Amino acid sequence: MAHFPKPAEGSWTEHYPGLGTGPVSYEDSISPEFYEAEQKAIFRKTWLNVGRVEQLPRTGSYFTREFPWAKVSLVISKDATGTVRAFHNVCRHRGNKLVWDDYPAEETAGACRQFTCKYHAWRYNLDGSLAFVQQEDEFFDLDKANMGLVTVQCEVWEGFIFINLAPEPEQSLTDFLGDMGPALAGYPFHELTHTWKFTSDIAANWKLFVDAFVEFYHAPILHQRQSTQEEGAKLAAVGFEALHYELMSPHSMVSSWGGMSPPKDLNMVKPMERVLRSGLFGPWDSPGVVDELPPGVNPSKHKSWGTDSFVIFPNFMILIWERQWALTYHYWPVGPNKHRFESSLYFAPPKTAYERMQQEYAAIVFKEFAYQDANTLEATQTMLETRVVEQFHLNDQEVLCRHQHAVVREHVAAHQEGRSVNYPWNRAAVNS
Amino acid sequence: MTTIASTAIETTASGLPVDFVDLEPFSAWILETQPERYGRRLAVPMAEMQAFYDVAFPRLPAAIEYCNRFDVNDLPEPVRRLMWLLFSLFEVSLPIEVWRQGRVPDSGAAVIDCIREPLI
Repeated sequence: MAHFPKPAEGSWTEHYPGLGTGPVSYEDSISPEFYEAEQKAIFRKTWLNVGRVEQLPRTGSYFTREFPWAKVSLVISKDATGTVRAFHNVCRHRGNKLVWDDYPAEETAGACRQFTCKYHAWRYNLDGSLAFVQQEDEFFDLDKANMGLVTVQCEVWEGFIFINLAPEPEQSLTDFLGDMGPALAGYPFHELTHTWKFTSDIAANWKLFVDAFVEFYHAPILHQRQSTQEEGAKLAAVGFEALHYELMSPHSMVSSWGGMSPPKDLNMVKPMERVLRSGLFGPWDSPGVVDELPPGVNPSKHKSWGTDSFVIFPNFMILIWERQWALTYHYWPVGPNKHRFESSLYFAPPKTAYERMQQEYAAIVFKEFAYQDANTLEATQTMLETRVVEQFHLNDQEVLCRHQHAVVREHVAAHQEGRSVNYPWNRAAVNS
Repeated sequence: MTTIASTAIETTASGLPVDFVDLEPFSAWILETQPERYGRRLAVPMAEMQAFYDVAFPRLPAAIEYCNRFDVNDLPEPVRRLMWLLFSLFEVSLPIEVWRQGRVPDSGAAVIDCIREPLI
């Protein structure tokens, strides 16, 4: 029973011909060979979000990112001109890791005037140039001008810092983001500076967790007990339908209703939610930092709109909530059946102690849901690996799962065949 | 907003505002970080969380009203301690109101670490 309109073709999936409606193989999520190919074709060539500009509040602020999947450690910093830069975290002298505290494998953050190597005190300026060599006259033919830190391509969009491990990326960040850029342009992410961050090591391929968060077909079932008994049963009977799906390949989005913030009837929610006026959908009271939504948010302009989930290929998601807060997810591959999941919650700074309590409760409830989602993935991964069943039916509310795997497979195929990427289901391609 | 100097707040033995002396038996829940609060939730029996919830939850509206008298960016120490205790109450409300056990059901071996939070 359709509660919300679908495209004229009768389904979201068929709105994008070429995506197909047939069953899908999940070999791309269990094959070690595919995982290796995916690393080369995607993660070493694509723009990846590594953080936000608020993590670099002033000149000399820095943070490190450890990416063992790529055998890479990066330093991201802000120089005296305000430019955000990224460098490989390795001293040019004898290869020591440049920036770390106590444990070389752990990420760190701070502020400094120059980066100083712990080993022999070689120093680098914030723009990466080599500033000082201990006992320089002992060296032979040392050209300091060419001994700066090895740079990594780095660009900023709407305060989100992206890096690209390719020495010469095929696209600028703007071109890579395509329609996604203007869709979210102007959203006041910079106002949402009160943040929580959670990490989890998940025993499943990274794409399985993306799948879990781009469909809400699972929500009324897996999370049924998080509602009151009566409401949970009602939600399960109705099921889930999105307001809108949009493919901006390789990116995509899903727009959803948000009836629980605030709920129509207080008896629908837990006692603590009634007192705190907060829950999974965030505090029920808006902080008043959004004047006008960007054009890509709530694209169906539905009055019941609650949240939009934007998938920025390959491993980054931004969720924008009607109640003016945001969530991001990152899925960092660790192996064919392992990944590191990161989730961050962003709220406007609370104006009262009560607002601070509302945020705390939203963060706690978010964690409860994430536990349920995370553990299900291991169960999926291990059974996919048995290959007892090899074809899986995806419904119309799982169109973004279908899209994700199609995009990943296309990128790997294009890389292996030495051709450019092509998305035959794109509306622009269909209409031309 | 009324500003009240922290020296003016009379406190209990565990440093809570004396208005909330009835929460004193649960002072072990005055914990500054989410990992500490979540850790205690997993470590103690349900009966202990139930006792805490039964006393503290009815006091929540009064505690909210009390904390709201102060500047959230400059909370006096006794009010911070009360807020930490309330955050623990939020944490245990899930086992009490929903799960009937400390852990999220079916969460198995999953571990989610809180690595950044705004401290008060």
